[in-house]
Amino acid sequence: MNRAAPAADPAGTASQSVPPQSAALLAVSELSVTYRVTHRGAHALLRAVNGVSFELARGETLGLVGESGSGKSTIARALLRLVPAESGVAMFQGIDLLGLAGGRLQAMRRHLQLIFQDPVASLDPRMNVGDILGEPLRVFEPQLSGEERRQRVLAMTQAVGLGAEHLHRFAHEFSGGQAQRIGIARALIIKPELIVCDEPLSALDVSIKSQISNLLKDLQRQLHLSLLFISHDLAAVRFSCDRVLVLYLGRVMEIAGCDALFSACRHPYTRALIRAAPIPDPVAARARRSAPLEGEIPSPLFAPSGCVFRTRCPMAIDRCAREVPMLRSVGDSQVACHRAEEVGA
Amino acid sequence: MNAAAALRIRGLSICYPSEHGRIEAVRDIDLEVAAGEFLGIVGESGSGKTQLLLSVLGLSAPRAELTGSIRYREQELLGLGGAALNQIRGNRISMVFQDPMTALNPYLRVGRQITEVLRVHRQVSARDAERRAIEMLESVHIPDAARRMRQYPHELSGGMRQRVMIAMALIAEPEILLADEPSTALDVTVQAQILTLFQELRARTGTAIVLVTHDLGVIAEAADRVAVMYAGRIMEQAPVHELFAHPHHPYTEALQQSIPRIDAPRPLHLASIGGVPPNPAALPAGCAFAPRCIYRLPICDVLTPPLIETGPGHWKACHHDGPLGKLRGEAA
Repeated sequence: MNRAAPAADPAGTASQSVPPQSAALLAVSELSVTYRVTHRGAHALLRAVNGVSFELARGETLGLVGESGSGKSTIARALLRLVPAESGVAMFQGIDLLGLAGGRLQAMRRHLQLIFQDPVASLDPRMNVGDILGEPLRVFEPQLSGEERRQRVLAMTQAVGLGAEHLHRFAHEFSGGQAQRIGIARALIIKPELIVCDEPLSALDVSIKSQISNLLKDLQRQLHLSLLFISHDLAAVRFSCDRVLVLYLGRVMEIAGCDALFSACRHPYTRALIRAAPIPDPVAARARRSAPLEGEIPSPLFAPSGCVFRTRCPMAIDRCAREVPMLRSVGDSQVACHRAEEVGA
Repeated sequence: MNAAAALRIRGLSICYPSEHGRIEAVRDIDLEVAAGEFLGIVGESGSGKTQLLLSVLGLSAPRAELTGSIRYREQELLGLGGAALNQIRGNRISMVFQDPMTALNPYLRVGRQITEVLRVHRQVSARDAERRAIEMLESVHIPDAARRMRQYPHELSGGMRQRVMIAMALIAEPEILLADEPSTALDVTVQAQILTLFQELRARTGTAIVLVTHDLGVIAEAADRVAVMYAGRIMEQAPVHELFAHPHHPYTEALQQSIPRIDAPRPLHLASIGGVPPNPAALPAGCAFAPRCIYRLPICDVLTPPLIETGPGHWKACHHDGPLGKLRGEAA
């Protein structure tokens, strides 16, 4: 982290330190996360993330989708070092995030910020907005004068569509949409390189969701942010993301560009998710009437052998029970399915 | 509207006294549910949609002040006492709640909770109730139903619990099923299963379904008719195809246009409704949507528009008479 130590301009100094051979801001390989749990009175190991690899380019928004229990939030938490990874490497600006400790980890945190699902709960109820937004600056840019800090806070407040009149208010005085704007401002004020958005829209009302979706997209473009966008809402992912990673029981099922994924996905699970996503148009919704995917995601404690999706897959064959499908290129996707060629559009 | 209405709500208002003044949760609502129909009620949080549903079964908070009329067949439900309501609840009209974990009793086995409905409302033996409950669980596609009967709610997944709730709600073959965001807490694949199940059960039993949701996609998938609520009032009401093809209310248009879609070109920006829903303790005079409306007229700030029929079965509460279409996402 010495290279990024002069904290005044993290973006500038840090980006120059990236080895030239790596175009990716973040390169995750073979990440596994295991939780120790108690099952029927005995200790057991729950593998929440299992050998996940992906890259995130600078300025890119990558969607992580999958049902609850697919491991999408766990991946984000492991990268932010909020839960310990069992194995794997996460190269970020030439440094393995998973190998950092102590002061170097602390210093790295300024480059990695998080936007939470529940906007009101993620704000300290006893701090006013000015203090909430000033705190990251006090921690990571202590050299700023009080006046400089106030200027940065005000500029950021305005960038998320709030005004100076909001700075003295407290979290409970805000609606969900306004609170999420504050959460976004708090994440962005120290100019992080990578922002993890964990279901940033789920707690918001329909009419507010579109405001926040637009805001995130605008900020992403203006500030050239790199985002990991975790969501179970495929339509929101399609609007916000450049590429999408589809997870099931802790494994990558498919990675593809957003347009390719929605027009010609290659994994039966992706196809099932797309078909289950509600379409706000009765003609289109009823025209595609196909039987929904049966059953539910199994417990990761009892992950099926071979392909983890096979117990719900309408295309499963004997081979799927024996052999874990490797991620490979088919069409415009990276896909882990023995029968990907047959899925097509 | 309909002679065969199973449920007829007239001039219903629900108010709560609060330290911030009177909260008008539901304001002067007229609504009918025909026998066997699938009515969707869509609205954001605070629109009064859940309050409306709860009031039908006498489940409003004790301090709520209700005025108007809620008739089931010829019987007035408003003001009915607990004993009389219990003849109807779970029997003629039943309800499925959003969160099946808190709606089920964690101390009782699933089988006991389902059979209780029959033991209370029907003169059946324990053995017959058990047999009917197993059949009912099978009809909501719970595999290994006999074993599930002996399990506790915590042993079931979220989707299973919701199926148990639906089995419980339907076992007495009610005429009307009220469902409050029944699939919101579930994953999309399970949500699709539950919606399919509703349609299947309705086709088989003829039960009318009133489904409350914030998700226009769910409405589009399942409903015959839609009522759009905002700030305690019905803004628009129409058959589902008519509502989506020709929305007459600016709020309906705004809801429709602000949702990203998986089946249409990706816009650069979503159409977006400015502002926030009003505080129910301090509703604006006139139309509650006016402060956010791009078609606002001077009269909108003064006079609450009445709900009027503008076409067969199509009702709207809006002063703006011209065409909509001003609100669009920004193309990429």
